[in-house]
Amino acid sequence: MTPILTTRPRKVDVATVELRFSALPAHVRTARLVAAAVARRSGVDEAVLDEVRLAVGEACSRAVHLHRRFCPDRPVTVTLVDDPEAFRVVVADEAPVDDGTDEGDLADLTDLTDLSGGAADLDDVVPPGVGLAVIAGLVDDVTVEQGGPGGAQGMTVRMSWPTKV
Amino acid sequence: MDLSLSTRTEGDRTIVEVGGEIDVYTAPRLREQLVDLVADGKYHLVVDMERVDFLDSTGLGVLVGGLKRVRAHDGSLRLVCTQERILKIFRITGLTKVFPIHSSVDEAVNAAE
Repeated sequence: MTPILTTRPRKVDVATVELRFSALPAHVRTARLVAAAVARRSGVDEAVLDEVRLAVGEACSRAVHLHRRFCPDRPVTVTLVDDPEAFRVVVADEAPVDDGTDEGDLADLTDLTDLSGGAADLDDVVPPGVGLAVIAGLVDDVTVEQGGPGGAQGMTVRMSWPTKV
Repeated sequence: MDLSLSTRTEGDRTIVEVGGEIDVYTAPRLREQLVDLVADGKYHLVVDMERVDFLDSTGLGVLVGGLKRVRAHDGSLRLVCTQERILKIFRITGLTKVFPIHSSVDEAVNAAE
């Protein structure tokens, strides 16, 4: 599957709404709700709001998972931008990316459907990268860049949806 | 909306009715429910997702884990779902080929193993 990792320079995002939340699973729902509310206000089609919710949730879940593992004291940052032609979402984490478990490549989803695994993997059956793969399946305009807020550590997931003229 | 879970038995099938949101926060409760059922010897499960408002990849992982558990006992895990927004994530991940997905609990209960 094609990697969506890019190395293009980071753009400066002027936030309409910015969220910084502790890396707790409970806050992912909050991020979804806020993203959907801002998307609706920005003019994203109602029929697409479910996709916004799911994609933002997947990006935030991935970031929370990595922060809890590597840097639990650092917040996850979500930037929501209401551009004239698009609603843009930027989810940035600060976790190290060189651990070999999640390098921004899309997971091979056959990993998830491979039922041959033994009891050892029953408790952690979502392979790294499945969240990004779901995002790529949902969102036409998505990129993943190395580097998080203020440094080389972490990754930044950028997504956008068109808004009504 | 938080996660709601209830179970009932129909013949040799155990119906797990799930409502609300299955995500990174609530999925552990669903996992615990499925683990408990298998520990109790319930190996033929029907997960009714008609009242699920939201499902993400963490929730999918729990369902795959449940399927692996029941299959280890020659059991089955069938889903009931007609909501397009939920079915979409099963299609994206290829899991429509892994889970039998039915349009009603009756259909799932009466499906031949």
